Amino acid sequence: MAVDVRETARAPDTPIWLDSRYRAIFFQVVLLVIVLGFGAYIFHNTYANLERRGIASGFGFLGSTAGFDIIMHLVPYSAASSFGQALLVGLLNTLVVAGIGIVFATMLGFVIGVARLSRNWLIARLAAVYIEGIRNIPLLLQIIFWYQVLGKSTPGPRQSIGILGLFFINNRGLYMPAPVFQEGFWLAPVALAIGIVASIVVFRWARARQVATGQQFPILWTSLGLTFGLPLLALIVMGMPFHWDYPELQGFNFSGGMVLIPEFISLTFALVVYTAAFIGETVRAGIMAVSHGQTEAAYALGLRPGPTLRLVIIPQAMRVIIPPMTSQYLNLTKNSSLATAIAYPDLVAVFAGTVLNQTGQAVECIAITMAVYLTTSLTTSVFMNWFNTKMALRER
Amino acid sequence: MKKISVIAAGAALIAFVAGEAQAQATLDAVKKRGQVICGVSQSLPGFANPDAQGNWAGFDVDMCRAVAAAVFGDAKRVKFVPTTAKERFTALQSGEVDFLARNTTWTMSRDTQLGFDFVGINFYDGQGFMVTKKLGVKSALELKGATVCTQTGTTTEQNLADFFRANKMEYKVVAFEKNDEVLAAYDSGRCDVFTTDRSGLAADRTKLKNPNDHVILPEVISKEPLGPLVRHGDNNWGDIVRWAFFVMLNAEELGVDSKNVDEMKKSANPEIKRMLGIEGDFGKMVGLDNNWAYNVIKLVGNYAESYDRNVGPNTPIALSRGVNALWTKGGLQYAPPIR
Ligand SMILES: N[C@@H](CCC(=O)N[C@@H](CS)C(=O)NCC(=O)O)C(=O)O
Repeated sequence: MAVDVRETARAPDTPIWLDSRYRAIFFQVVLLVIVLGFGAYIFHNTYANLERRGIASGFGFLGSTAGFDIIMHLVPYSAASSFGQALLVGLLNTLVVAGIGIVFATMLGFVIGVARLSRNWLIARLAAVYIEGIRNIPLLLQIIFWYQVLGKSTPGPRQSIGILGLFFINNRGLYMPAPVFQEGFWLAPVALAIGIVASIVVFRWARARQVATGQQFPILWTSLGLTFGLPLLALIVMGMPFHWDYPELQGFNFSGGMVLIPEFISLTFALVVYTAAFIGETVRAGIMAVSHGQTEAAYALGLRPGPTLRLVIIPQAMRVIIPPMTSQYLNLTKNSSLATAIAYPDLVAVFAGTVLNQTGQAVECIAITMAVYLTTSLTTSVFMNWFNTKMALRER
Repeated sequence: MKKISVIAAGAALIAFVAGEAQAQATLDAVKKRGQVICGVSQSLPGFANPDAQGNWAGFDVDMCRAVAAAVFGDAKRVKFVPTTAKERFTALQSGEVDFLARNTTWTMSRDTQLGFDFVGINFYDGQGFMVTKKLGVKSALELKGATVCTQTGTTTEQNLADFFRANKMEYKVVAFEKNDEVLAAYDSGRCDVFTTDRSGLAADRTKLKNPNDHVILPEVISKEPLGPLVRHGDNNWGDIVRWAFFVMLNAEELGVDSKNVDEMKKSANPEIKRMLGIEGDFGKMVGLDNNWAYNVIKLVGNYAESYDRNVGPNTPIALSRGVNALWTKGGLQYAPPIR
C-alpha cells in the first residue's frame, strides 16, 4: 500500500486530537477497553450470581470421582475414575466418530460427486437423487432413523446372526474377534512406522525422477507393500506374537472380543451418508470449475479418461474443493454432538450432559466443552489450510 | 431434547450473567405473573402426565396445584414445564421454573453444591430393576453381564454403578436423555434391564404393550427420597412450597379432605381451626391469605386423596401406601404441626 506522505505528516499546527492517525488509534483503544470491560463485567457478574445462589464454581470437580459408567471407552475407565477422565472418554468418542466419519464421507462423497457428472444417465440420476434426498432431510431425523432401523432389524443376543462363527450381529452391536497382544508385538508398530516413512521417501524420489526423466514408478504398489509387508514380516519374525479373543455367548450376551455398539454404528453411518451428499456437491463444483479445454488438451496428448481425471482434472479441482471441504469436516465433527439423541456417549452427552448434571457446574462444563470443540475445529482448519497451500497452484 | 437442554443451559448462563438476585422475590414475581411455573416430568403416568387435551394430572402435578391454590386460591393457575432429568436443575437454577415437583431425589450435593433447597419428602422411594418375565430372572444378583437402560442426569445412573461394583458384577449401561427413549430401547430389546425409582418402574410399566410381561425385581438398591425443591436463597418461597405440602399431610392426619373441609371449618379441634384460618394468622406468616390451607385442601385434596387418585392401589400404577403411610399408621409421612 502506498502511503501518501502529505496526508500522514502532521501539519505543525494541527492539534493531536484532530490528527486522523492518532484518532484512529484512540478509537481502537477505546473499543478494546469497552470489549474487555464488558467481558470483565460478565465474568464478575456470573461469578457473583453463582456465589450468591450458593452454586459451587471452579474446576476442582474434574478431580472428583465420577461414579457412573460409560458404555464405550477407548481408554480405561470405570465408575471409580474422575470427571476429568470422563471428559477424556467423551472427547475420544467424539474424535473417533469424527475421524472415521471424515474418512468415509470423503470417499463416498468423491464417488457421488464424480457419479453425478457421469455420462451414464442412470448413474448421474441416481447420484442426483441421493444428493437431493439426503441433504434435504434433517440430520437428526436421519440419525434416529438409522438407529431405529438397526434396532428393529437385528435379533436378540440368543438369535444373533453369525458370520463364519467369528462375527455376530445382534441388537447389542457387532461383535468381532479382538487381537490380544503378547510379548514381542512391539516390532509390528515399529515396522509400520518404518514402512510409512520409507513410502514417503520412495514417493519423493519417484516424483523427482519422473519430473527429471519422465519415467514412471509403481508408487502405489510399492508403498502398499512397504506399509503392510514390513509389519507382516515383523510378525512372522517374532513368531506371530498375538492371539485372537473370540466373542462367546455367555448368559445375557456375548462377552470377549470387540464390539461396535449400535449407537456408534448408526451415528457414524448417518454422519457419513449425510456429509457425503455435501462433499459430492463440492467435488462436482470443483470438477466443473476446471475448464473443459483441460480435458480436451489431455485427450489430445493421448491420455485415457482415467489418467485424465486423476492427473489433470482432480489436482486442479482440489484447489476449489479443499476450502469448502474443510467446512464439511468441521460440520461433521460438530454434528456428531447429535449423538445425545441416541445415547452414544460423545463429549456433549457425557460431559455437557451427565457430568454437568451430576456436578451442577453448568458454566464450567459448557465452557470446557466449547473450548474443546473450538480447539478441535481450529486444529482441523490449520491442517486443512496447510494442505491447501500444498495443493495450491505453483507457478513456475 | 438436545436443543432444549442447550437452551436451558444457555438460559442458565444468561441468568447467571445478567440476572439480579432473586432472593425473596419469587412470590412477588409469581403474583405479578398470575401463575406458578412448575417444573414436572415429561410424562410419567401417575406422577405428571398430560392427557390428550393437555391437562396435566398426577401426584407431582397436585403438588404444583397445591402451591397455586395456596397463593391464588385457584389450582388452575399453574404453567407446567416438562423437563428431562438432565434439564430440570438448569431450569430451576436459571429461574425458568419457580420450583420442581419432578420425582427428584433429595441428595446432599443437590441440596448444597447445586444451590437448591428441598422442602420435604412427598414420596419415599428406592431404586429397582424391571426385566421381561421370559428372562426368568428372580433377583438383581443374577444380572451379571446384563445390559441396563437408564436415564442420564439421575441418581439412578450412579446407584447402578455402585450396585454392580459392590456386587462385583460386570454390566453395560446405555444412558438416554429422555425417559421415553429409555423405555423404547428397553422395549426393543436393546437392554435386558430397565432401572429407575420403583415408583417410576410401576408408572412406566403401564406404558408398555403388555405390562404383565414384565416384573419388577424384589431388590431395592437405594434410598430415593423424592420431594419438591426450590432455589436456595429465597426462604419465603421455600416456606410456601414446604407448608403447602405439610398442609396436605396434616389434613390427612386430622381427617380433613376436599369433601368435608367446609364442615370442618366448624370443627372444635384447635389444630383444624388454625389450619383452616379460623384461628391465628398462619397464612400471613408466609405472605399469603389466611385461607391458604383451606384452598389447598378444597381444590387439591389431602395427601391420601392425591395419593389414591394418582398412584394408589385402584389406579393402573397400583402402589400401596407402604412407607408412605402416615406415621400414625406405621409409615414415615410426618408433618410438623401448624402452630
Ligand atoms: N429420582 C431420580 C430419578 C428421577 C427421574 O428422572 N426418573 C425418571 C424415570 S422414572 C423420570 O421421572 N422420567 C420421567 C420423564 O423424564 O418424563 C433422580 O432424582 O435423579
